Amino acid sequence: MTEKSHDPNQMTGAAMIVRALIDHGVEHLFGYPGGAVLPIYDEIFQQSEVEHILVRHEQGAGHAAEGYARSTGKPGVVLVTSGPGATNMVTPLTDALMDSIPLVCITGQVPTHLIGNDAFQECDTVGITRPCTKHNWLVRDVNDLAKVLHEAFYVASSGRPGPVVVDVPKDVQFATGTYHPPRRSDVHVSYAPRVKGDATQIRKAVALLAGAKRPVIYSGGGVINSGREAAKLLRELVEVTGFPITSTLMGLGAYPASGKNWLGMLGMHGTYEANMTMHDCDVMLCVGARFDDRITGRTDAFSPGSKKIHIDIDPSSINKNIRVDVPIIGDAGNILGDLLTVFRAEAKKPDIRAWWQQIAQWRARNSLSYKKHNDIILPQFAIQKLFEMTRGRDTYITTEVGQHQMWAAQFYGFEEPHRWMTSGGLGTMGYGLPSAIGVQVAHRDSLVIDIAGDASVQMTIQEMSTAVQHDLPIKIFILNNQYMGMVRQWQQLLHGNRLSHSYTEALPDFVKLADAYGCVGIQAIKPSDLEGAIKEMISVKKPVLFDCRVAALENCFPMIPSGKAHNEMLLPEQATDEATATAFAGGKALV
Amino acid sequence: MNQPASAYFLEERHVPNETHTLAVLVANEPGVLARVIGLFSGRGYNIDSLTVSETESQKHLSRITIVTTGTPMVIEQIKHQLDRMVPVYRVVDMTLAGRSIERELAMVKVRGTGDNRVEALRLADAFRARVIDATTESFVFEITGNTAKINQFIDLMRPLGLVEVSRTGVAAIGRGPEGM
Repeated sequence: MTEKSHDPNQMTGAAMIVRALIDHGVEHLFGYPGGAVLPIYDEIFQQSEVEHILVRHEQGAGHAAEGYARSTGKPGVVLVTSGPGATNMVTPLTDALMDSIPLVCITGQVPTHLIGNDAFQECDTVGITRPCTKHNWLVRDVNDLAKVLHEAFYVASSGRPGPVVVDVPKDVQFATGTYHPPRRSDVHVSYAPRVKGDATQIRKAVALLAGAKRPVIYSGGGVINSGREAAKLLRELVEVTGFPITSTLMGLGAYPASGKNWLGMLGMHGTYEANMTMHDCDVMLCVGARFDDRITGRTDAFSPGSKKIHIDIDPSSINKNIRVDVPIIGDAGNILGDLLTVFRAEAKKPDIRAWWQQIAQWRARNSLSYKKHNDIILPQFAIQKLFEMTRGRDTYITTEVGQHQMWAAQFYGFEEPHRWMTSGGLGTMGYGLPSAIGVQVAHRDSLVIDIAGDASVQMTIQEMSTAVQHDLPIKIFILNNQYMGMVRQWQQLLHGNRLSHSYTEALPDFVKLADAYGCVGIQAIKPSDLEGAIKEMISVKKPVLFDCRVAALENCFPMIPSGKAHNEMLLPEQATDEATATAFAGGKALV
Repeated sequence: MNQPASAYFLEERHVPNETHTLAVLVANEPGVLARVIGLFSGRGYNIDSLTVSETESQKHLSRITIVTTGTPMVIEQIKHQLDRMVPVYRVVDMTLAGRSIERELAMVKVRGTGDNRVEALRLADAFRARVIDATTESFVFEITGNTAKINQFIDLMRPLGLVEVSRTGVAAIGRGPEGM
């Protein structure tokens, strides 16, 4: 026994968890203590390699870890207690699953012998999180813990990334067992995501691209997830082929917004040129996107005349919503590399001048135009101003969910990948503030701005306290219109202007609230205030709540109306009351 | 045609359904069946029949046989969704693979006397069902066969005093020398 105690790999379960984090290069951990994770917190206290960020609510830890993961490409790590700690993680886990964000969440559990007894703070964590994780584990034996932790990191970050949960009962944390460093055999043999694309399919794709007369590249979050090399290759492909490129909300930044082939975002609030190009194209190359319903609009009228090539690492994304002609399963970066090699060797840039002329006509419609105002700040103007004044800086943008999110996507120009964190799939209001915390933890000296709405920001506003405690100078840029803007927009357009519960009748004074949290409050009311106020926000070295009072009733256009196709967009100048009434004619149904 | 005001496409499209039998090889570990069933309920897929048992105890492998109904696109989705689960080794569509054998076992309890009892026994014989329990007023038959045969047998027993039925669900295997 005495000999065994000298074995450095003999340790408690709690020590194994911290050791595994270190072995996986984890530098930051987001969490909240509680009864069932105290042994782990005790280990954290006694080391200095992993920095723990204490949040105010477990949901905040989850979104912070998501922001951390998206801005670094490394998995975000969360530690929460059993019961409510675990259930509060359900939203971020689901969010991460929808947006393919690698998260490793360690949850405490009641001791093994109490599981199933309705013990204090007990819940069926693996049962509850099964549909909202890529995989999860309940560890009943301390000697399985090392293997499970290593597998958890591998599963979270390989293939299509996603969240995983490791549920560790308290007695397992106290028990002593044998630890081993990560090794190959830790992973299920059944789990082997495909990385390299099939050569025959790639050749077919190149033949289609080379023969295209009206091509388009439609890229998504998969390119960002694949890594910086994938974004570089995507840019090369655009250069080599000369094709127009559009991207989903999740894919912004893979191709620079200042690039000459950029069409802007596509989909429900995408640009006219992007959606028309998608609709009328003859060859579509989809890279790392999944034909989501917010992208396709009406599926039976989606890009009816095109041959579709679909690159995706997840075979279940192929033919899920839209039938494609050439599926290529594998990693976006890997396949783009092969595609480029074959294209360069066997094909020439096709002549698509006529197509570009057509696109120029669509662009001339200027679908993102809005009426300027001298006395009232328009939200679009606020974001344009924010963009101008932060351009060229080392800036990261997060958002909440709603109109402000769409305006941010439309008016903030992203030049690089990993600079834009937003809740795309799940649409989680309250995502942006904690996400900004995670981004700032990873990039201490960068400018991190959460473009927020007054309704969304209140869902996780308690995390301002986290930002103050950990000295994270995040900037919360609130487009305050006193409404749940997107809900109101839909009620105006689809539900007879009956604004049912979308007006926040009692908003806090955000400037005073900032003061109460010990951060800085700034307010802008007139367009002329904006420049000075933004300058101040940038220069302040503390967390800031920026209350930007914007036009209350401004709506987000262009928009693809209900059940319509890409070529039936409603443009801002057409969005008169009468036109919207016609475009949205019909009964009522929820989103 | 006007659909109600929603961004979602609300009209149902009518594509004919197909029935497929899937064989799924999984790691035999806690929660694996819950994962598979949860996938079906969570995504709104149908389970017509589900059979599961450990088949290779040394390798900790279980085989799940699922009979499901859906449009061809849905069936394709189900297979991909199953295949991407961490503990799933292989998914084989026995219906597409062709040349597969499907069997089900049922135990059928029939109560009756006189002519009904004689008739039940005679039909059981015709269906090659075995008597595995008998009293002076009842039989329990064991019958093996494909789903249609078992359904037919049960229908025949109904007027003769059918009491209850216990069925295993479908198990399937490919013909010929190759494994799945």
